[in-house]
Amino acid sequence: MLDKQRCQEIFADLLKFSDADETELLIGGGGSALTRFANNTIHQNVAEEGYSLSVRTSYGQRTARATTNKFDSESLRRVVAESSLLARQQQPDPELLPMPGPQSYPPVDRYFENTAAVGPNQRAGVVAAAIRVAEKDGLTAAGTYSTGAGMHALLNSRGLMAYYRGTQAEFSITTMGSSSTGWAKKTAPDAREISGQALAERATSIATSSRAPKEIAPGSYVTILTPAAVLDLVGFMFFDFSGQAVRDQRSFLTDRIGTKLFGANINISDDVYHALQFGPPFDGEGMCRRALPLVERGVIKNLAYARATAKAMGTEPTGHGFPLPNEIGEFPTNIVFAGGNSSVDEMIASTARGILVTRLWYIREVDPYKKILTGMTRDGTFLVENGKIAGGIRNFRFNESLIEMLNSVEMLGAPERASGEESFPMVVPSLKVSSFHFSEVTKF
Amino acid sequence: MKYYAEKALSYLDRREVSYADVRVIESRERDITTKNGKMGNAASEESLGIGVRALVNGCWGFASTDNLSPDSLAAVAHRAVEIARASAQAKKADIVLAPELKIVDTWVSPFKIDPFSTSVEQNLSLLLRADAEARAVKGITLVEASLHMRRVRQIFLSTEGSAIDQTRVVTGAGIETFSFQNNDIQKRSYPNSFRGQYQLKGYELLDEIRLVETARRIAEEAVGLHKAEQCPQGKRSVILESSQLGLQIHESIGHPIELDRVLGMEANYAGTSFLTLDKLRNLRYGSEIVNVVADARLEHGPGLGTFAYDDEGVPAQRTDIIKDGQFTGYLSSRETAAAIGENRSNGTMRADGWNRIPLIRMTNISLLPGTWSLDDLIASTDDGILMETNRSWSIDDRRYHFQFGCELGWEIKNGKKVRMLKNPSYSGITTEFWNSCDAICDQNHWTLWGTPNCGKGQPSQTMGTGHGAAPARFRNVTVGIAYA
Repeated sequence: MLDKQRCQEIFADLLKFSDADETELLIGGGGSALTRFANNTIHQNVAEEGYSLSVRTSYGQRTARATTNKFDSESLRRVVAESSLLARQQQPDPELLPMPGPQSYPPVDRYFENTAAVGPNQRAGVVAAAIRVAEKDGLTAAGTYSTGAGMHALLNSRGLMAYYRGTQAEFSITTMGSSSTGWAKKTAPDAREISGQALAERATSIATSSRAPKEIAPGSYVTILTPAAVLDLVGFMFFDFSGQAVRDQRSFLTDRIGTKLFGANINISDDVYHALQFGPPFDGEGMCRRALPLVERGVIKNLAYARATAKAMGTEPTGHGFPLPNEIGEFPTNIVFAGGNSSVDEMIASTARGILVTRLWYIREVDPYKKILTGMTRDGTFLVENGKIAGGIRNFRFNESLIEMLNSVEMLGAPERASGEESFPMVVPSLKVSSFHFSEVTKF
Repeated sequence: MKYYAEKALSYLDRREVSYADVRVIESRERDITTKNGKMGNAASEESLGIGVRALVNGCWGFASTDNLSPDSLAAVAHRAVEIARASAQAKKADIVLAPELKIVDTWVSPFKIDPFSTSVEQNLSLLLRADAEARAVKGITLVEASLHMRRVRQIFLSTEGSAIDQTRVVTGAGIETFSFQNNDIQKRSYPNSFRGQYQLKGYELLDEIRLVETARRIAEEAVGLHKAEQCPQGKRSVILESSQLGLQIHESIGHPIELDRVLGMEANYAGTSFLTLDKLRNLRYGSEIVNVVADARLEHGPGLGTFAYDDEGVPAQRTDIIKDGQFTGYLSSRETAAAIGENRSNGTMRADGWNRIPLIRMTNISLLPGTWSLDDLIASTDDGILMETNRSWSIDDRRYHFQFGCELGWEIKNGKKVRMLKNPSYSGITTEFWNSCDAICDQNHWTLWGTPNCGKGQPSQTMGTGHGAAPARFRNVTVGIAYA
């Protein structure tokens, strides 16, 4: 893994080739491996190691970026020259700011040697144990177990130096019977937090208890959403918590800042320093990430701002910018959705008739201002009747407005680090909503 | 580049490794975007690395690196073998590859103008002229234009003696216009949504798609949508223009025919397929006029699924997928061909770079043209909606139930386009939908669209796929339910 000192050496070498007013270097990479299984056997098993070196040069109000994964001297010269060529051919951008000087960051420790050291035999052993769980119940398992270690550094010619390293482990499993499926997934910086066997047992339990699903009529139902389902839904609105998106009038928060848009029990913040969060304490320009309340008691309180957006909108940067140049500016990526004290079991027990959703799939935005999303349920959808799970049901298509959904939350679970497939991992609770619109039903 | 591939291959112990292939890939990309009259992004990227795939004791192992030193090449080869050995801890049966010819060849995709020979100034100038045309329309609040160019050279060597040097050049461009009024965001894109049209071409694509000449009309439509009526709910005849039909093909034919999905190999992420093996040659997929091919050959056109050899060294082929409405073929690989009784892969394995393994990917999955002109098709429709340009897309994990939203609709009454409709959407079940197809426009209306962003696999891979289509009509389709 490239350490801080090596990054500084590379930057010093690189600066020799730059005649730009300002020069910035982003280095990222590391090693990762993924063991993939299906049909109760490991069928794909891969590892990669690589680093990218991305250079931004600025000449007055003009800037551009060039990237390479070659670190020899000639490649450094060429990547600087390419960045310079791209920058010099542009019209000046009056909003481009000088690069920031040195910054300080609160420490975050998300690197675990044991996770970086996990090898193919250890991964295969975890996978084999999970497969045995599924086979015991006559199910077919498919999934992944991945581990990796990565680094991310940003240096610029005004003396800024930011360095972060972290590890990540993730286990995901789908178990399949003749008429039903189940799913479970967990992501953590420390592989010791992940039990493939426990996740296999959860997925197996979902698959077996949703056997022989019945078809029920589409419509609006009281709905209990697990954290993974909540994550994949709400993930579609955080691109809009961006000053630039509001400036561009493409955000559903345009003309809605300061208004009460959601129910009073909705509180959401962005906080990279939260114990269950991932990632570096600095953004794509090297600014320190600030903890940022986004929604308080249902009121839209704040947006994220990169430096240029903040200046244009007369406010302070929040440390959520992306590497320049870019069109989108910023958005928050360390979401912490405050929860409550209700367990999923309590949500079920309090429901006369409703739907329990394990997981959602292929979510897309239907309407950008009403924030209507569509998608499918998947891998364990249940009918709840008289406070109990009545059995599995065929999967639904939904069309639901996030605004309406977050105005109809009746119960919240304890927040947990969740991971799905449609959005980045977040800290979110399970939710019980009084109405969720399922528009059509599929064949299984 | 070939040296690195040969060196890595030489480090494999052939007594233990029954098969291996090595891909060394060098890529170069340039992305230029503009936004509201200014440069949005200007970036270039180059990458060089190697991936080694080894079959040991009937199991796969794959390792990759961008460090091409001799020590690293030895290490990556040995790591691939070590990983393959570990795979045996959960093995049910040996992987067996369908035989393939030894190929030694060099191929470069044809282009008229090397996109990298153009200057950034030239690129920006074109995008800014299109941007200015669009922003001249009152009511437009955001305009984004983009241009992408990519050249990828790949050296493929296998232990069976194949040595293939293949270079592909891709260019793509498009413009998106937005209008925000009265709590409503409307959008029009050209030539297609989500970054425009992409083809296996050089910079000549920019001359063909005429961004500057079309930008104003698109912007006027975006603003005009605010005053349009909402798409009704109910059952209607639907005519899909060709780019939307291309995405319909992608989602409801292209993905379900991937044999790895059918065999459960993608079950945890992308899902499986309703096209279980018993349906091959036993399913009426569509009406008798529906003919779909998977065609990676250059003769089919300059699609994102066009190549000379796939990433297992299998030559590009054409396969009938739906013939006269009957389901006739899957996309296969050397590992999976035997599952459908074939003794050869039909050549669809592709990888997203040196650090990814090849997967079964769509090539050019195209609906063959019919006999209609679009004017005649509209004139023969009593009550329908013509839908243009995708806005949202979603389909279940077995590829039965879909819902698409489009940017713009035209209501058709008694054979005439009578008014614009906003927020059009339609939904259905795949085979019911394709069986309701009763008219397809002719070759004059046929376009080979590029989908540059097809996601699949774990770790995730992004691939470009091609979809040829001409406008077509579907009867008795559910419309408008997205806003119900």
